[in-house]
Amino acid sequence: MSSDSIAFNPAVESTRPIGDRLHDWVATVDHKKLGIMYILYALVFLVIGGIEATIMRIQLIVPHNHFVSPQVFNEMFTMHGTTMIFFVAMPIMFGFANYLLPLMIGARDMAFPRLNAWSFWLAAFGGLLLYFSFIGGNGLYGAGGAPDVGWFAYAPLTARVFSIGHSTDFWTLGLVVSGIGSIGTAANIVATVLCMRCAGMTLGKMPLLAWMNLVMAGLVLLAISPLTAAQIMLSLDRYLGAHFFDTQAGGSAVIWMHFFWIFGHPEVYVLVIPAFAFASEIIPVFSRKPIFGYPVMVAATVAIGFVSFTVWAHHMFTVGMNSYANSFFTISTMIVGVPTGIKIFNWIGTMWGGKIQFKTPMLFCIGFLFQFLIAGLTGIMLAVAPFDWQLGNSYFVVAHFHYVIVGAILFALFGAFYYWFPKMSGRMYNERLGKWHFWLFLIGFHLTFDFMHIPGLLGMPRRIYTYEPGRGWDIWNLIITVGVFFQAAGILVFVCNLLWSRIRGPVCASDPWDAWTLEWSTSSPPPEYNFAVLPVVRSRRPLWDIKHPEDPDWKYE
Amino acid sequence: MRRTRHRALVRSVGGLFAEILVLLAFLSFATSQCFGGPDPSPANIFRPSSTPADEVFHIAIFVLIIAAVIFTVVFCLLAYALVKFRRRTDDDGREPAPVYGSNQVELAWTVLPILIVLVLFLATARVIHSVEDAPKPPAAVEVIAIGHQFWWEFRYPALGVVTANELHVPRSDPAHPTPTYVELHSADTDHSFWVPRLAGKTDLIPNRTNNMWIDPHEVGIYVGQCAQYCGTQHAKMLLRVYVDTNEGFRQWAQQEAQPARVSDAVSEGRRVFETTACMNCHAISGTVADGQFGPDLTHLMSRETIASGAALNTAENLRLWIRDPEAIKPGSLMPAMQLTDQDLDAVTAYLETLR
Repeated sequence: MSSDSIAFNPAVESTRPIGDRLHDWVATVDHKKLGIMYILYALVFLVIGGIEATIMRIQLIVPHNHFVSPQVFNEMFTMHGTTMIFFVAMPIMFGFANYLLPLMIGARDMAFPRLNAWSFWLAAFGGLLLYFSFIGGNGLYGAGGAPDVGWFAYAPLTARVFSIGHSTDFWTLGLVVSGIGSIGTAANIVATVLCMRCAGMTLGKMPLLAWMNLVMAGLVLLAISPLTAAQIMLSLDRYLGAHFFDTQAGGSAVIWMHFFWIFGHPEVYVLVIPAFAFASEIIPVFSRKPIFGYPVMVAATVAIGFVSFTVWAHHMFTVGMNSYANSFFTISTMIVGVPTGIKIFNWIGTMWGGKIQFKTPMLFCIGFLFQFLIAGLTGIMLAVAPFDWQLGNSYFVVAHFHYVIVGAILFALFGAFYYWFPKMSGRMYNERLGKWHFWLFLIGFHLTFDFMHIPGLLGMPRRIYTYEPGRGWDIWNLIITVGVFFQAAGILVFVCNLLWSRIRGPVCASDPWDAWTLEWSTSSPPPEYNFAVLPVVRSRRPLWDIKHPEDPDWKYE
Repeated sequence: MRRTRHRALVRSVGGLFAEILVLLAFLSFATSQCFGGPDPSPANIFRPSSTPADEVFHIAIFVLIIAAVIFTVVFCLLAYALVKFRRRTDDDGREPAPVYGSNQVELAWTVLPILIVLVLFLATARVIHSVEDAPKPPAAVEVIAIGHQFWWEFRYPALGVVTANELHVPRSDPAHPTPTYVELHSADTDHSFWVPRLAGKTDLIPNRTNNMWIDPHEVGIYVGQCAQYCGTQHAKMLLRVYVDTNEGFRQWAQQEAQPARVSDAVSEGRRVFETTACMNCHAISGTVADGQFGPDLTHLMSRETIASGAALNTAENLRLWIRDPEAIKPGSLMPAMQLTDQDLDAVTAYLETLR
């Protein structure tokens, strides 16, 4: 059975019974298959979360609209946020980490393949558990209901008196289950990066992607734990009469905020650091130059990881902390801007003096750079506590974090999709469709999220299912909603491109980009054991050394 | 080959310019909107009318300028690199010279941001201190605001006034400041008090006391709304602040402190009110109705809106609100009272006398 996978052979593959092939996927412990399953699973949820967002935007297209009821709207924004963070962004990053890490560090699999499979299935069933709330949210009381407490589920709205039925329990349990999966994956990534590197690959010679995923995994280990603890405390409140967050019995609503954001802020870096990793692999290849300032990039990543644990209460500038606490979280948050700025400069430094090729992966990375710059600057504005007293919980914040999550993270992810698609599928994507995807999505993104800042400045709070006319918000909401349809069209092109190219795309060689890291030295798609002979490396760009024996990197590094 | 490369270049450079154009259009449009265009924007944070909002406005402009400068510099570097170092159509196929980094350059772009951060932080800390730690002058008006699902209760302990959803405060003359200090509580879930032209938002959290203050410079009506998700009808938990002259405010407070007017013409409506569930939630001072869950109705007709700003306070709206609150505010905690048309008219007529 395993001999089928040694070399990609579509003819052999398609003659096997479908049941056998499915069984291979379900029972697999192969990091590549698990990686692809993570990614596909996240893509399905991306479409679901996108539909939820579209429903919200249609509701807000004009003031006093009656497209959905307030109850449904509140369920939509809760499910949209929860889905996109926990069941799209995290699994997709884990998927890429799973797929790429062993290949890039010259290993045959992750350190713990069975743990890997277990973690994936926990994540998958966590998502199903959350979505089961649509059917079972109200339990025996009748019709279903998804959770409507917001993705950060502030206490005491989650207490039993305010959240009747089981919808909040599905939310809690779904996140606990997938959170355990995340911790498993994170432990696996740490072990893999530290113990599975091929001969010659010291920590200082790892691809940046490996470094950044190592930091990401460390953040997951530290950040998911308080979230899981808080979820368990919440369940105790709801079912065993504990009073951690139950304000009516003397509990504290603010403690929940601390627990949540001590998870919630590092979570942003859990998502954005892998995006940095993609950019750090793609930009050098399409600029034809090594990454500028490798040690500084590593140091900046580790610095961001550390600082990210000292900034959580900038989500709480409006809860009435005293002036010292507000000042502390202002400066700690601003400090994040320093290593982040260093990264942006290093990427530009990488392009400087290069020969830039505007292929689809590079276009998405340029979009990532441009949007991440703006997202960082609006982040600095929000770090200014007094400015945040006005902007916090307004549409300006919504615009800001979508700039990070869509403008930066999703753009880098699309870049990664196109960049590694030939490796994963053995076929080339369609460049023309890729560019259509880029431009449609870019236009849609800017229509939606540039203009979303403005109603925030004009006093529009987030999470309202409708708004009053005459506040100067109408035109902006209309434009925002129009942008959504451009984005949806872009996604449609993307999905078509993936499907079409997977089936009909031209079969491509193992190294279509003339790249330098180890995954390109094996066939596309790679065999189950990755490398027939485990590689030995002497520099950060082993394939460069092979291609340019007269001028190898290890002479200079 | 040559042609396609050329087209790719035109597309990418054209795309960049398009992006800049969009950005400029966005900025100019936004500016015209934010700084008083034809379209009135009554909750604009860039039209402050009170010291806390004013302080935020100034630090905001400062931060925006710094951000604009950083954006311009970095964007120009990026755009220059993309245009200058694109692969040319007559490329010789050779790899560019590898550059691995430069300590001097790295040091420069580490130190410079640190200096910027330091300046920003000092400017910010000053504003945090001046707004949060402002001493309360003796002439200050004290108000207790209590957030409810989904309405606002305002109590003036010193003046003996209880009202809802429409906060009245005196104008504060800089020479003789009469700021209003608001103590914030919540009866159920988290809420947030946000009237953008007067001050930044502060949350109302159960089991916790928060404070904020405003000193409006101009007489008028300022709108805002709850800014922390608090449940089904968070969207229609609207908020109005009426800034009166000192004299006007005193008169209003005196009037509000009086017990409800009694009029025999509407005794039927009063009987319905006092014998149904209305009085379990609503208080009307001077009568037996002393419920605490809903807004105080003693001077209902002195308010311009009902249902926390969701509808104007007209006889038709009032009647509809009592008959079927879901029609105005689905998810509101006020139940439909199931009154006969006759009782409905009587209660509406009674409430109409509560001036």
